[in-house]
Amino acid sequence: MNNESLKLKVAEYTAKVDKASAKFPERKNIEYNRLYTPLDLEGLDYEKELGLPGTYPFTRGVQPTMYRGRFWTMRMYAGFSTAEESNKRYRYLLESGSTGLSCAFDLPTQIGYDSDDAVSEGEVGKVGVAIDSLADMEILFDQIDLGKVSTSMTINAPASVLLAMYIAVAEKRGISVDKLKGTIQNDILKEYAARGTYIFPPKPSMRLITNIFEYCSQHVPNWNTISISGYHIREAGSTAAQEIAFTIADGIAYCEAAIKAGLDVDDFAGRLSFFWNAHNNVLEEVAKFRASRRVWAKVMKDRFGAKNPKSWMLRVHTQTAGSMLTAQQPENNIVRVALQTAAAVMGGTQSLHTNSKDEALALPTEDSVRVALRTQQIVAYESGLADVVDPLAGSYYVEAMTNQIEAEAWKYIQKIDDIGGAVVAIEQGYIQREIQDSAYKWQKEVENNDRIIVGVNKFQIEEKPVEGLLRVDATVGELQKKKLANLRAKRDTVAVNAVLATLENACRDEDFNLMPIIIKAVKTYATLGEICGVMRKVFGEYQAHATL
Amino acid sequence: MEQRVRVLVAKPGLDGHDRGAKVVARALRDAGFEVIYTGLRQTPEQIAEAALQEDVDVIALSLLSGAHNHLFPRIVELIHGTGMTDVMIIGGGVIPDSDIPFLKEAGIAAVFTPGTPTTTIIDYIKTNR
Repeated sequence: MNNESLKLKVAEYTAKVDKASAKFPERKNIEYNRLYTPLDLEGLDYEKELGLPGTYPFTRGVQPTMYRGRFWTMRMYAGFSTAEESNKRYRYLLESGSTGLSCAFDLPTQIGYDSDDAVSEGEVGKVGVAIDSLADMEILFDQIDLGKVSTSMTINAPASVLLAMYIAVAEKRGISVDKLKGTIQNDILKEYAARGTYIFPPKPSMRLITNIFEYCSQHVPNWNTISISGYHIREAGSTAAQEIAFTIADGIAYCEAAIKAGLDVDDFAGRLSFFWNAHNNVLEEVAKFRASRRVWAKVMKDRFGAKNPKSWMLRVHTQTAGSMLTAQQPENNIVRVALQTAAAVMGGTQSLHTNSKDEALALPTEDSVRVALRTQQIVAYESGLADVVDPLAGSYYVEAMTNQIEAEAWKYIQKIDDIGGAVVAIEQGYIQREIQDSAYKWQKEVENNDRIIVGVNKFQIEEKPVEGLLRVDATVGELQKKKLANLRAKRDTVAVNAVLATLENACRDEDFNLMPIIIKAVKTYATLGEICGVMRKVFGEYQAHATL
Repeated sequence: MEQRVRVLVAKPGLDGHDRGAKVVARALRDAGFEVIYTGLRQTPEQIAEAALQEDVDVIALSLLSGAHNHLFPRIVELIHGTGMTDVMIIGGGVIPDSDIPFLKEAGIAAVFTPGTPTTTIIDYIKTNR
C-alpha cells in the first residue's frame, strides 16, 4: 500500500470537506472523525491485537465459532409481586423460547430486609419479586428444572443468601449441586459507585464475595460467581470507555481480594463474568465490546499471570440501555431496542436481555415483553448479523474506535491504580464524580439540542395517555406479611436461633467461609432479613457520603 | 439582598437510582438555588427532619421504584406535621400519568416525569414560589 499517496489524498479530502461540517449544527457531539482509512490502522498488528476468535486476546470473540455454534442465551430479566406471580411469568418466558431465566428481586430483598420490616413498606414486590425465605424460593422455581435451566440472579449485598436458597431448593429436589448453572451478580463495588443496593462496608463485603468464589470453585463449578457490571455505571451516565474502565478496575479489585485470601487465580477467574450495556451508538458499542475483551485478556495474563485461557476470557451478559427508553412515543423504543440488540450481537455477547417499550413508564406487560424477546429472535434468525463471527472486524472505523476505547480505558485504569485501586477510588468518590460529570454533560447536550432524542427534544407530538400498563397489586405487601407470620409460627424456632448464633460467631472469624453455614441457615427457614440482620450486627452498614 | 431559595433534593425509600436526582440537584445549583442533597435511602421521617433542620423552601423528591403512592403522601403529612405548611413539595421519577392526580391531591405541587428538561423544573420553582 502506498501510504504517502493516500496521505496526500486524505489531506486534500479533509481540506475540501472541512467547511461542510458546519452544515450539521444538531450533531456537534460526535467524538469520532468523519472518515477512517487504512492510515488510522497503521501499525496494527493483526495477530497480536485481534487474532482468531476463541484465542488470546479474544478481540474477535471468546468462542471459536460464536453464533455459528449456538445463539446467545436469550435471557429476559423478570420478576415482580409474589413468587407465585413471578413463577407464572418465568414459565411463560420459557414457553415463549427464552433460553435462560433472570430474576429481578424487589428492593427489600436486595437490601436484606424482610417484607414485614418497617422500611419495606410500599416497596414489597414493586421492582422485582419479594423473597423472604426458602419457602418463597421453592415457589419461585416450582415446575422449573434447575438441573437444566440456567438462572441469573440480580442480587448483590445478600448474594450469598439467595445463592444458598437456590442450592437448598436443588438439594431438596435431589438435583446434584454440581449440575447447577447460572450467575449471581454479586458485584458490590458498582453498588457503592452507581446502583445503591449496598448493605455492608467494603471489607466484609469483599470477604463474602471471596467466600462465594471459594465455595463455588469446590462445589458449584458451573456457577458464574460474579457478574462484574458496567451496565449500571453506564445507566448512571458514564461514557462507553468509562463503563468498561471502571468495571475492569472493579474486576481487578475482586481478583486482588481473592488472591490475598489465598486463592489461585486460575481456580476462580474462569467463573468471573461481566455485564455490559448496549447503548444507542451501534458501532461505538461494538467497538466497546471488542476493546473490553482485549483489555481483560491483557489484565489477566500480564497483571495476574493467569495460565488457563479460560481465565483470560471476558464472557458477557448484555442488557439494552434502560435509560435510553423514552416515556414519549413509547413505540419508538422498539426500534431503539432493535438497534441496541444489533450492537450487542455484533459485539459478541454471550447472553442478552432486551428491554420492553413501556419500561420508561412501568414494569413491562406480557405483550411488550414478547415483542422484546421477538426482537432478539428476529436478529438471530432473520437479520444475518449472527451468521459470521465478528462481522465488523477490519472496518477502519470499528478497529480505530476499538483502539481508541481501549486506550481511554487503560488511562482510567492507570489513574485508579494511582489512587490505590477501585475500592479507594470509590471511597474517595472519584468514580462517582466522573460518572456524574458525564451524566450532567449528556443532559446539558440534550437541553441545548446538541444531542437529539427523537420524540423528546425533536419530532414531539401531543402525547396520548398510555393505556394498559402493568400495575403491581397493592396487596402484595400484606400477602407477604401473612406468609411470614405463618412461616414464623410453623418453623423450628430452636433450630433457627441455634444456626443464627453459629452464623454470628462465624462472621466474627475472618478465616471462616460463611457459605456452608448460610446454606444451613436457609434450610431451617431462617429469613433473609434475619440472616442479613446477624451480618449487619457484626459487619455494620456502609455509610455513603453523597457527592454532588 | 434577596435570600437564595433553599431546595432539599431527597431520595425516599430503598431506590438506588440517583442519576436524575443528582442531575436535577446540579442544575438547580447552577441556576442559583441553594441545594442540599440527602443521599440514598431516606425514610420519610429523615426527610422531614432534614427539611426542618435546613429550613428549606422547596423539597424535590425523586423515586423510581414505584413506591411513590405510599411514600410521597407520607412525607407531605410529616412535613405539614412539623408546621412547615408553606414549603413547596415536588416529585419526579418513573411515575405513571394516572397516579399524578392522586399525588397532587395528597399535596405534591407538581410531578415531573422522564424526559423533562431541568429548565422546566427551574422555571416551575421560580414561578410558583
